Amino acid sequence: MRVNGEARDVDVDPATPLLWVLRDQLGLTGAKYGCGLEQCGACAVLCDGKAVLSCSTAAASFAGREITTVEGLAAGGLDFVQRAFVAEQAAQCGYCIPGIVIAARALLDANPEPSDAQIRAALDTHLCRCGTHPRILRAVKRAARERALAR
Amino acid sequence: MIPPSLQRNPELDTWLAVNADGTVTVFTGKVELGQGIKTALARIAAEELDVAPARVRVRTADTASGPNELYTVGSNSLEESGTALRLAAAEARRALLETAAEELGVHVDALRVRDGAISAPGREGGTTYFALFGGKRFARKVSADAPAKPASEYRVLGRSGARVGMEELVSGRAVFAQDLRLPGMLHARVVRGPTARARLVELDDAEARRLPGVVAVVRDGSFVAVAAESAAQADAAAARLRKSARWEPAPDGWPQDELFARMRAAEAKSYPVENGVAVDAPLPPRVTPDGVVRSLRATYTRPYQMHASIGPSAAMAHEVAGALTVWTHTQGVSVLRPAIAQALALPAERVRLIHVEGPGCYGHNGADDVAFDAALVAHALPGRPVHVQWSREDEHAFEPYGTAMIVDLEAGLDAQGRVTDWCHEARGFTHALRAIPFGERVSGLMAAWQRERAMAPPSPRPMLVHHGGIHRNADPLYAFPQRRIVKHFLADSPLRTSALRGLGAYANVFALESFLDEVAHAAGADPVEFRLRHLDDERARDVIGAAAARFGWQPATRPAGGGRGRGFAFARYKNQKSWAAVAVELTVDDATAQIRLERAVIAADAGQIVDPDGLVNQLEGGLVQSASWTLHEEVRFDRERVTSLDWETYPILRFGEVPDIETVLLDRPGEPWLGAGEATQGPTAAAIGNAVFDATGLRLRDLPFTPERVRKAAAGG
Repeated sequence: MRVNGEARDVDVDPATPLLWVLRDQLGLTGAKYGCGLEQCGACAVLCDGKAVLSCSTAAASFAGREITTVEGLAAGGLDFVQRAFVAEQAAQCGYCIPGIVIAARALLDANPEPSDAQIRAALDTHLCRCGTHPRILRAVKRAARERALAR
Repeated sequence: MIPPSLQRNPELDTWLAVNADGTVTVFTGKVELGQGIKTALARIAAEELDVAPARVRVRTADTASGPNELYTVGSNSLEESGTALRLAAAEARRALLETAAEELGVHVDALRVRDGAISAPGREGGTTYFALFGGKRFARKVSADAPAKPASEYRVLGRSGARVGMEELVSGRAVFAQDLRLPGMLHARVVRGPTARARLVELDDAEARRLPGVVAVVRDGSFVAVAAESAAQADAAAARLRKSARWEPAPDGWPQDELFARMRAAEAKSYPVENGVAVDAPLPPRVTPDGVVRSLRATYTRPYQMHASIGPSAAMAHEVAGALTVWTHTQGVSVLRPAIAQALALPAERVRLIHVEGPGCYGHNGADDVAFDAALVAHALPGRPVHVQWSREDEHAFEPYGTAMIVDLEAGLDAQGRVTDWCHEARGFTHALRAIPFGERVSGLMAAWQRERAMAPPSPRPMLVHHGGIHRNADPLYAFPQRRIVKHFLADSPLRTSALRGLGAYANVFALESFLDEVAHAAGADPVEFRLRHLDDERARDVIGAAAARFGWQPATRPAGGGRGRGFAFARYKNQKSWAAVAVELTVDDATAQIRLERAVIAADAGQIVDPDGLVNQLEGGLVQSASWTLHEEVRFDRERVTSLDWETYPILRFGEVPDIETVLLDRPGEPWLGAGEATQGPTAAAIGNAVFDATGLRLRDLPFTPERVRKAAAGG
């Protein structure tokens, strides 16, 4: 498995969910444990550029895949989505934010100019309990805008 | 007047340190819960010291250092810690300038400070706070007579700046209690029965012990935990133990469909509420004043609701040579410390609690219980750090809920359309049963009830204080000539309850602001005008006016109908914190009975604004969370146990349902800054209910407003 651009060998029970391999074996705690039931989105990571939930799927099924976590997105300095979240100060407690950053990045890579409805649809499986939704939506729009300007 | 936080912690060094590396550290006894207190406190200290906010580091509660400020609750942190820090920073500035004056050989009045650099205009040379004082102790008390800066000279407060910790959050570097890792750490899981009081009658742990990585199964009475080398191994072992455990359930609870009937029938301790304080006195008789031409009455209900933190509670504990350290996302390290010490029969000096940020808790959730779980396991396995992570089901099943409430309202109207008398009776279980130190036999910590030598859960007591739980915001701010406010305290809840954001204010404001809308309609008045008709408080009138203006409120005396409506509501939290008015526009779908929020406007007055961006974040977050409570949330249970155990059985608001929100802030330079984290929840619920009435002519009086409830109202109740 490749994680954040590096090949990583891990010695675990193959049934171990990817989330725990990332958090325990690789020390990457950016992806959060929220429910273990694929209901909240806190554990999202990129798998070959698509957002996937890591809390319930065995790490073994990601063999040979390219996994990117929020730490990986920030490896060369914050990526454009992360910068937009900082600019909009889009967090309260921030526990849901890594998963939402991942979902937003996957959305904007697939659809650089999403509508408001498309953004909401892409984030609809992500729960935020603090009620930071309005500025999270603004942050995703800002990310799209700023990447378009940069091109 | 010296604020209580300073009376308790008078030494300046407890609050503030100047460092040689060009930074300032401020210490607070409060904790960051996502409300942005670190950002606000950094800005207050920066303003008063004349340093850039980026130089200020904020250290939150630790029982080994910094001030003891009890709990982070009640929207009190800005007033308590913020005011104390302002005075501490003013004292520090005075001390620094006195030292600089001596060093530079000039009078203190000749000195100027710019971002920590001290100079005397017209003279060569200068110094800085950091060169002058870095690493030194002030060794003086905060006198509270050091001159604090007048609001007219503020350059930081009232203006937006960077929120502390954003880069760490978005890049995954922020460490939550759930993310703590220490060398040699064990991962532990707790195995619980169907309820907190269920008794473990059989457990075969042989298989679990043989699983790879398992280090220990800790059993103490009905408390069972397993510790393993990795999280996944701990999960697997806990699942195995769960299968082998047989529990004798606690006695039958209440069926959910009888909840409100049983609450009515239960014996209550009843108190009249006078000027916001519940009084131990007989209830006054009801007197109908002269001139009443019309009377109205209605009953509103709120079910049990959850904090439902997005991250299940977690804690780390480490016992070395009889000294225990616990890393926790509790709201009150200095209160939880003696509670944990008592439950373990350890002297409090041997226990240290360090606050670590957690996911938003919104009140008393599982944080304290998991801290004690971790302490118990670490106590059984001294030498190795133990990290306990609750599961989603643990958090949903075992956090203490916000209590169900029943609110009965009555009002009279005179011929001129003015309210003549107002009766508000609020009924519920406790809103506050925290793990304070109760002594050797009683504990507020769940695991203490489950151990072999069990401690008893505390008996809830009514809080009679100003706007205490059940009667919080029961006393309206309106100038009604006659009022009768009653608190009915019920002792024995079928579900465990404690503080949930806003406490009684959510249900009371929902009820009274909905009922006021009913009374306004009965009087043939526009609901906004009707509120103003009964309000003398100028700041209340201003926020109502500001919200109505930004919303574009057009006076009307009849419901619009047609499935689209707008609603308005207002409150001042505890009648002493921020003023907030909320207007919403929504639609009610004829076919699906779904309520869809379209837009919302908030206007708020939180006194002198400290951090406008943080203030908006709290107000809007409060609105969105309340919209979730109001539209969706109800803890489900049967006679045996809670059945809302995940996000499918306890749904919350999603991105697709969030309205566009505009917020108007009314700044009051020089006025005391006020907490705002609990200002919008009550008004939001009532504004939604009032908008549903405007859209449909249906009055929803029972939370939450699910499609089923809308249909029931349409069918005639």
